[in-house]
Amino acid sequence: MARLSAESEELARTIIPRYPRSRSALIPLLHVAQEQDGWVSPEAIAHIAELLDLTPVEVLGTCSFYGMFKLHPVGRYVVGVCTNISCLLLGGEELLAHCEARLGIKAGATTDDGMFTLEDVECIAACTDAPCLQVNYRYFLNLTHEQADALFDDLRAGRRGDEVPEHGTLTRVRQRIASERWSGHGAEGLPVPPGQVR
Amino acid sequence: MAVSNAAPIISTRFAADDGHTLAGYEASRGYTALRKALGMGPDAVLEEVKAANLQGRGGAGFPAGAKWGFLPKDVFPRYFVVNGDESEPGTCKDRPLMEHDPHQLLEGLLISCFAVRAAQAFVYVRGEMALAQERLATALNEAYAAGYVGRDIMGSGWSIDVVLHWGAGAYIVGEETALIESLEGQRGMPRLKPPYFPAAKGLYLQPTVVNNVETLSNIPWIVLQGGAAFAALGTEKAAGTRLFALSGHVRRPGVYEVEMGTTTFRDLVEAPVYGGGIRHGNGLKAFIPGGASAPWLYPEQLDLALDASVVGPAGSMLGSGAVIVMDDTTCAVRAAWRLVKFFAHESCGKCTPCREGGAWLEKILRRIIDGHGREEDIELLLDVGDNISPGPFPHPPLDGQPGVPFPFKQTTICPLGPSTVSPIHSSILRFRDEYLIHIKEGGCRHD
Repeated sequence: MARLSAESEELARTIIPRYPRSRSALIPLLHVAQEQDGWVSPEAIAHIAELLDLTPVEVLGTCSFYGMFKLHPVGRYVVGVCTNISCLLLGGEELLAHCEARLGIKAGATTDDGMFTLEDVECIAACTDAPCLQVNYRYFLNLTHEQADALFDDLRAGRRGDEVPEHGTLTRVRQRIASERWSGHGAEGLPVPPGQVR
Repeated sequence: MAVSNAAPIISTRFAADDGHTLAGYEASRGYTALRKALGMGPDAVLEEVKAANLQGRGGAGFPAGAKWGFLPKDVFPRYFVVNGDESEPGTCKDRPLMEHDPHQLLEGLLISCFAVRAAQAFVYVRGEMALAQERLATALNEAYAAGYVGRDIMGSGWSIDVVLHWGAGAYIVGEETALIESLEGQRGMPRLKPPYFPAAKGLYLQPTVVNNVETLSNIPWIVLQGGAAFAALGTEKAAGTRLFALSGHVRRPGVYEVEMGTTTFRDLVEAPVYGGGIRHGNGLKAFIPGGASAPWLYPEQLDLALDASVVGPAGSMLGSGAVIVMDDTTCAVRAAWRLVKFFAHESCGKCTPCREGGAWLEKILRRIIDGHGREEDIELLLDVGDNISPGPFPHPPLDGQPGVPFPFKQTTICPLGPSTVSPIHSSILRFRDEYLIHIKEGGCRHD
């Protein structure tokens, strides 16, 4: 695995100056790394540390706190089945058990072909559409066992690529700020004087 | 049955195909409130929001105007942070606001930044919400290009940048000081209080306002219609409308915008336009009125109004607006275990009572469910809970009914620890017999 590519590094360098202090860009940069490789490699951690003038262990310390950052390679599709209270009441545990049987792995494991990682996850804020799951943080709601089977078949056959990008990609739309539109008040730490409106 | 006739305020674009686009938003009075606010000046906007008596919609219910009022005079720069880290189990009302109406949130944020003279704003979205991130990124790109955000907004001379930021999976980051730590690139652990509000010392130890997505989504309406019009909805202590996420064993789960104070839990659960009653004609066992942290309420409390000042004295809280309904087929022990497992998993580890106590509570409940429980486990659960959230248990009777200890006392920095104890108290108080069946017979009457 690799450090950030030239393209990823360029993206990182557009993100860092948006924050008054560069360390605030740490979590966004970890997402850039995970989008590149599908997980956060030690080399990427070292590279991010260089970009933010931190030590690698400071980067790892933050990274390891957050459950979405994977410190080991995971499947192309990370399937998170919610079993929290609202889903528990409406078959979340049964859905997870079905997914385990269908994929042939226990929650927490990855299929041998590297296609799926299955997770037993906490509430994903889709409680009114229980039971539900996410694949790479895309929602599949009010899911029957048959629909889950069809979803896995489609993903395995590469049929839902438009809907579900590979693991690591969250938003497919990047915030872009044209330099002439950027005010820079916050980044420069300037006070905004009262009543400055003309 | 009193079902409110008040027109919705913040969910008007949920059903529209193009509500999330700038064109769709502008076609329905979008950004006219920002223009009006820029003409009013910051102090007049602040007064409107104070007059609206808009309580924070994140969970604590603190009035937004008062929160802004805590900013120390003449200390700059000030920052504004949107708390979009919605993760309280049962709660799913900020996500549709971000997915279906991102411009409404941005407009509310911009007006609020103008009112408090913020230097920069950050929209912190939950990491797991990819679509919300996409919709907000698109909306911000549109708004920057159209001159609603950034330098010299709408030719007014006022400028502010709004940066989209997202987390990476941690419930505790919903606590506002933990959110700030996370935004500073740190582990998301709550800060020691005092100071109690980030308004005093927040992001980079500068004055900072942290407001919930739903709270800010109300601001454009308040500016256009006036604070008094907002305060006229609902009751004196519970103004406006609010989104409630109704989940669990009802016929029609959903996110419903209802008038505060005048609507009751019974309306929400039973009215045909809302929950439509309990599924299969079953009986109600218990309901959680305000997200997983809230102590449970029971059938005789269905007629309480959706009003924090009513639910609080009844021994629970309106919290994050998540109503979770459990019918009489629900195993109380299993429900309590799952909630405790959540809090144990999400403990950040900073305070010992929560870190150690939560994990042990989960293990004890697990062994009861697995048929290895001991009779003394019930007292043990209460004793461990008492070290996280001191009792007495049960609470002195309220209206003749014993209640759980509320509001929480805590031996921890933030309320996550006491939230772990709340399902334990709630289930043992009413359903001790179910614990005993698990312990004595090694099984469950609901299996």
